[in-house]
Amino acid sequence: MSIDILMPALSPTMTEGNLAKWHKKEGDNVSSGDVIAEIETDKATMEVEAVDEGVLGKIVVSEGSENVQVNAVIGVLLEDGEDPEDIKASARSAVAHPDAAEAGQEAPAPEKTTDASGAVQPTREPVVAEKEFSGSAVKLTVREALRDAMAEEMRSDEAVFLMGEEVAQYQGAYKVSQGLLDEFGDRRVIDTPITEHGFTGLGVGAAFAGLKPVVEFMTFNFAMQAMDHLINSAAKTNYMSGGQMGCPTVFRGPNGAAARVAAQHSQCYASWYAHVPGLYVVAPYSAGDAKGLLKSAIRDPNPVIFLENEILYGQSFDVPDDPDWTVPIGKAKVVREGSDVTITAFSIMVGHALAAAEELSQQGIDAEVIDLRTLRPLDTESIVNSVKKTNRIVSVEEGWPVAGIGSEIAAIMMEHAFDWLDAPVARVCAADVPLPYAANLEKLALPRPADVVNAAKAVCYTD
Amino acid sequence: MASKPKAAKGEGRAKASRKKTSAKAKSLANDDIGEETRLKLWRSLLEIRHVEQRAYDLFLQNLIKGTSHLALGHEAVAAGFATAMEKDDWTFCTYRGHHHTLARGASMEGVLGELMGRECGLLQGKGGSMHLTSVEHGAMGSYAIIGAHLPIAMGAAWTSQYKSTGQVSVCFFGDGTTNIGAFHEALNMAAVWKLPVVFVCENNLYMEYTPIGDVTAVENPAGDRAGSYGLPKIVIDGNDADEVYRTAQEAYAKARAGDGPSLIECLTYRHSGHSRADPGDYRPPGELEAWLKKDPVPRYRDRLADFGIDKKVIDGIDEKVMQQVEEATEISKASPTPSLELIEKDVWADGGVAWRN
Repeated sequence: MSIDILMPALSPTMTEGNLAKWHKKEGDNVSSGDVIAEIETDKATMEVEAVDEGVLGKIVVSEGSENVQVNAVIGVLLEDGEDPEDIKASARSAVAHPDAAEAGQEAPAPEKTTDASGAVQPTREPVVAEKEFSGSAVKLTVREALRDAMAEEMRSDEAVFLMGEEVAQYQGAYKVSQGLLDEFGDRRVIDTPITEHGFTGLGVGAAFAGLKPVVEFMTFNFAMQAMDHLINSAAKTNYMSGGQMGCPTVFRGPNGAAARVAAQHSQCYASWYAHVPGLYVVAPYSAGDAKGLLKSAIRDPNPVIFLENEILYGQSFDVPDDPDWTVPIGKAKVVREGSDVTITAFSIMVGHALAAAEELSQQGIDAEVIDLRTLRPLDTESIVNSVKKTNRIVSVEEGWPVAGIGSEIAAIMMEHAFDWLDAPVARVCAADVPLPYAANLEKLALPRPADVVNAAKAVCYTD
Repeated sequence: MASKPKAAKGEGRAKASRKKTSAKAKSLANDDIGEETRLKLWRSLLEIRHVEQRAYDLFLQNLIKGTSHLALGHEAVAAGFATAMEKDDWTFCTYRGHHHTLARGASMEGVLGELMGRECGLLQGKGGSMHLTSVEHGAMGSYAIIGAHLPIAMGAAWTSQYKSTGQVSVCFFGDGTTNIGAFHEALNMAAVWKLPVVFVCENNLYMEYTPIGDVTAVENPAGDRAGSYGLPKIVIDGNDADEVYRTAQEAYAKARAGDGPSLIECLTYRHSGHSRADPGDYRPPGELEAWLKKDPVPRYRDRLADFGIDKKVIDGIDEKVMQQVEEATEISKASPTPSLELIEKDVWADGGVAWRN
């Protein structure tokens, strides 16, 4: 049986090329490995080697031909005893060869699950509902709550360890890891060199190999050095490996602005990470949620980005006094019920939203405040249910407006709550500038409760 | 100017066992490697050589459409290190990683099928040539971002040290990797914590298309940096499977004894271009030909013959491997493309894909 010689692709993107030269002529013997032709593309010239043996029975595409399609038959190889006349019978031509097409190419793509608006629907089961806690509570700062979460999980699971800059002897640049070195020793509480890419990769590798690292970034501003590991290694590997290698890690540390530390140390990364399939993104406000969510994050088999806030570290809240109590990832919380407008916020902005809601109530507007708590997977249901009641929504975040969490919420409203909206979605964000240093400029750049009040009044048409 | 490969000998670590003996004097009775291991090395060299050549053929037939970076010429590095490993040791490699994945025992159809984007592939077609992974064989991923896997390999070594398992992590990378920050971050931390990790630089003289000597401040891109991390300079002939095997044994023993990492530079050469789109025209005339004389595969065939191993045995393994390659090719060709449902599988550890609740 004669064998077609096809126009090869020299790169994954090549669709056509020039057949610069034939090194063999019709009737020549060809052995496997012989250079038979030269192909030119705009990038390179390459020699084409024969894969099979035989006699070059026919040159279908002559040398000097330009724009020859990949997979076109350029020549025909005859095996011993075959007659060149046989070629005619097979009626070959210089068109793309069907055999080389991938078998699945013509199969129709599966239809995505969409709703009436065309929005892609989630396929995951809803997370389990949060347990009501009825026991006693203790007053803790967010800092103490985070430390307690780590200590409790380290006590119950030998595979958990904490690593980062200044986490051990100095007990954390923001004192979050106080007492952990004393209790767990330097095998499980490790000071690293200043090398975000290095120790983040170490955490990922340790997780691939079976441990459960908690990696502290002194601030998330420094995690940009480790972005490759967070996204390419931590988030994508479970998928790429067909589920062979998961990455049970927590990457935690303060995110967003603190006070007077200027642009390079003051950025909210929530929307950056929330963009990435494969990462959970958590940003709690209260000490109770900080503890309950960090415990869930450490137990979770997925990589979790855990965004804390420096200003919140010293704030106190009631925390359930129970080492078994956790908060599920992926569940928002209505922290103030109301009927006139929904305000969504996360991390420190929840405090601003609550302050705004108090102010609004004095002006006769009853605001409902939702603490998103998890930004991926985002709790669409809670937001949509609230808007079905209030018909208005204001999204508050400390990050920049463009492609932010508020943009996502606006899209969710279009897809899932369009018919319930009585006003356009409003966003309250940081000014679209690098954060300035001077106190008055910094204050102007960050969202304030008054901005939330104004946005809420605007969507209620009371201005 | 291309940097010229140095004499392929371990520098600064002369050992009695490394002394060259004349071919005539070789005898299996006095051999530190032994016939069984030598034949394993031979099989591994051939498996890599024939699969890589088949990958090249399948690419010319347009059955492999994605990018691929062949390791033709690097076989001895992979065969030597893998053969010296224990089954539960871990391998981490780059996008030029077919050879390391095969050397750990991943199936040929798993590799070829993955390159062809077929369901029988190691990753069911979800990763391709640059991400070959087979956890069951200790092949803990191929990484397509230069430098990324050095800290990751160190992290796996951290785990074996933490759990006192005795496992060694072996991390393969090219000469170009030695100039990225991650190389230095990983070497420093591995040395500070004496982690059981072996860093192996496959110096094939080119970082992609540029001679490594043009862009590197020292002559041996890995070897000359070892001193910065308190490690000895080790530069070996990466085309000699025996030398690689013996060096690997020493490094693993050091790692398992708790004496920390090694950094080994293997001088080798890739017979083809950087990737499938690269004809390698930038190489000076005669360079490839000179290296082909040191081709690790025929060289090892001669070595086996020198030891008096029967030609029938040597050729028999070659034929058997070739037959396996044929079978693997047929299995891969017959395997369907991945089922379309796979697109929504395994984003999360529970197998799901949701981006909202």
